[in-house]
Amino acid sequence: MTLFSKPNLLHIGVLLGLIVLYFMLPPYHSGNLSRIMVLAIYAMGYNVLFGYTGLLSLGHAMFFAAGMYGFGLAVNLGGVPLPIAFLLGIASAGLLAVVVGSLALRTTGVAFMIVTLMFAQTAYLVVLYFGEYTRGDEGFVVQQAQRTFAGVDLTTDTARYVTALVLFAICFLALARLVKTPFGKTLVAIRENEERARMLGYDTKVHKLKAIIISGLVAGVAGAAYAMLFGYVGATFATVQYSILPLLWVLLGGAGTTVGPLIGVFFMFYLIDFSSSVTTAYLLVVGIVLVLLTMFAPKGICGELRRRVFPWLP
Amino acid sequence: MAAINILETTGLTKVYGGISANMNVDFQLASGKITALIGPNGAGKSTFVGMVSGRIEATMGRVMFDGKDVSHLPAHKRIQLGIAYTFQITSVFSGLSVHENVALAARRTFDGKASAFEKKVHAALVRVGLDDRAIQIAGDLSYGHQRLLEIAMGLAQDPKLFILDEPTQGLAESEIANFIKLIMSLAGETTILLIEHNMKVVMEAADFITVLDQGQILATGTPAQISNNSAVQAAYLGKSDA
Amino acid sequence: MEFGPHLMLASLEGAVVAAVLALTAMGLSIVFGVMRVVNVAHGEFYMLGAVLTWFVTSAIGGHPALGFVAALVIAPLLVGIIAAAADTFILKHIKYDPDRTIVATIGLLYIFQQGTLMTFGPDARPVEAPFNHRLALPWIENSENGLQMFWPWGLSITSYKLFVIAAAVVVLMGLWALITRTKIGLIMRATQQDSETAQAFGIPVGRVYSLVFGLGAALAALGAVLVVPIQQAHYLMGGEPLLLAFIVVIIGGLGSLPGTVVAAVLIGMSDGIISVFFSPMVAKIIATLFVTMILIWRPQGLFGKVIR
Repeated sequence: MTLFSKPNLLHIGVLLGLIVLYFMLPPYHSGNLSRIMVLAIYAMGYNVLFGYTGLLSLGHAMFFAAGMYGFGLAVNLGGVPLPIAFLLGIASAGLLAVVVGSLALRTTGVAFMIVTLMFAQTAYLVVLYFGEYTRGDEGFVVQQAQRTFAGVDLTTDTARYVTALVLFAICFLALARLVKTPFGKTLVAIRENEERARMLGYDTKVHKLKAIIISGLVAGVAGAAYAMLFGYVGATFATVQYSILPLLWVLLGGAGTTVGPLIGVFFMFYLIDFSSSVTTAYLLVVGIVLVLLTMFAPKGICGELRRRVFPWLP
Repeated sequence: MAAINILETTGLTKVYGGISANMNVDFQLASGKITALIGPNGAGKSTFVGMVSGRIEATMGRVMFDGKDVSHLPAHKRIQLGIAYTFQITSVFSGLSVHENVALAARRTFDGKASAFEKKVHAALVRVGLDDRAIQIAGDLSYGHQRLLEIAMGLAQDPKLFILDEPTQGLAESEIANFIKLIMSLAGETTILLIEHNMKVVMEAADFITVLDQGQILATGTPAQISNNSAVQAAYLGKSDA
Repeated sequence: MEFGPHLMLASLEGAVVAAVLALTAMGLSIVFGVMRVVNVAHGEFYMLGAVLTWFVTSAIGGHPALGFVAALVIAPLLVGIIAAAADTFILKHIKYDPDRTIVATIGLLYIFQQGTLMTFGPDARPVEAPFNHRLALPWIENSENGLQMFWPWGLSITSYKLFVIAAAVVVLMGLWALITRTKIGLIMRATQQDSETAQAFGIPVGRVYSLVFGLGAALAALGAVLVVPIQQAHYLMGGEPLLLAFIVVIIGGLGSLPGTVVAAVLIGMSDGIISVFFSPMVAKIIATLFVTMILIWRPQGLFGKVIR
């Protein structure tokens, strides 16, 4: 593929757009965008497993939380320097993905959904059980003083935005590249017809496990980044809601597209932001959007665009 | 040089909870030839082929492929050793393009430049006559064309053994004629094992025929020998659809 | 209280849990068995049953039994109609595609839950039981004079809880009769076995599905009507029953109704007994992991057929 192919241009365009937006937006919105970018990393991780491999996990919050607590506990309890703590967070998520993946992949379909849900539920209960260290639902704060990297205070708006953008860009480009590789295309084949892929000589079990690990790792990056940039670690991020949100984001934005996750997070963020100002029951809006989406636009925004207007959309 | 028999099974048996689908099947498949596996419904043909390909776990027995004992290998590993397999009910990637379907089949074993890869995919499509439909979505093709696509996918793997499970089922007369020409053109390049009900196809294309009945081999030989075999006639040929 | 009586008390409490769970899980089992649909909003139908009971009993004053009997009829009926409507307008539209159905029912979950929050409010509200007598229970012990009955202090059950157990048994038996002895039951079983053939034989599969979906929801709502005088109505009360119902259906074996009953009894009893003797948190963790392992290593559950 040439350097200036339409997909490449689109990806670069998105990143450039995010850079430009920083200078154009007032602090409230650029702060939102930092949060959106970190959550978009989570969504992209989920997309690898759901959008590309076709496996619906209802327990991804456990990977996000593993990244978050891995980082937060390392800094607060272990006094570990920031970059190491960050890597520890990612590693925790990765390790969890290996264990859970190996077990959960023995099931398919509905059983897989329930098993992932149950593992996540167990993780949440474990977090509560060790409340002495984790502070349970209440959560704990990662002090500002600890959130500096190479002398830069990560709590300022600019530092937050830049860090979020850099992490997002790395994951975004890496995953966009991944889905073009033979491995990525095999994942799609498994989604489309696993038995056929198997009978073409592909080791589908190993592929699915790798997909879960990658998906978990990226979710862990998002969790660790969230704790690092926004300074808060809490058990709410391990609840079912945080497992359903990435599903919602990816569906809304377009499962199996590279830009979809970011779009999905962006839309839902502002939709919820808007509905929260109108009613406390903003999740009602979430519910309505989910139903309408799956009834009338099952492929999501980018998915429908790809189907109807831009077949080259990656 | 490849073994004289590319495939051999010894005592291959499948028992489903007290009912045996196949019993003690000793089967040899000659390299480079087209062999047809025929038999009445329920004779155990699909189960046998399932055990050979690894989709079904054998209760007992051994499968030797290209001189190697593959009895304990999972299906995908056996495919990797050089088997291509088409399903009784056509199974392609209906959401993907015709081109990507073949590309997926070829990609696993391919090592080289992108341009050579494209040539290979194209060649497979030309062979079955689908090259003008490369960008179509596979699910939009007619059933007959989807069957051809599956064959193209098999060809793209450069297989040593090509297993075709009832390939002409659901095809129109003209498509069947083309199919016969196609597989006969493959003789020598690869070994073909054909499960078939269509006796016309079998008689025209096959070098050898093995007849299965009630899970066991009833007879084996050339088409001439088989059509003269009275036991076979009694069990099967009398009820065939030609 | 000593161990023996304590265990008996725990078992009785467990039996109440099992009774309600059996009804709720049966609703889920029927829906999944006949329609192959995973309804994530099932817990919300349960919750709606409880909330509607509160509304009905509040509206009908006087003796609590009046309101309760009315609720016993109205709540499951209303919830069943809501469910049938959801099936007709939403699930049919997406043609019961597995992934899309999950998403749609998750959406319904939020709609029902938050809709209730907006109308009913965030508080838990009690409903008075139609009758409530404390019955002391005897325990047999070996004393100097041979086997003797005595009444340990604290070992008691309410008449209402006994009623719940009895009611559940009656409803389940009625359901069994419906499924195995009536024409409608036969149609449901035929549709479950092979919906295409059923359709070819003139069975209106679409309407059967709406009926089944409504019936499943009504059963859950009925379970909630029975439980609400014991527990209280709250907009978030659907979460745990949903999880438990799924566990029951999977362990009992997908598509097996007897399996569902057996599993409900097993799990309901264990839940009741474990909660009395162990720290609830540890119990929950162990239970969740245990169920997960069963799902992984014996996916067909106790009575289900292996779907390979």
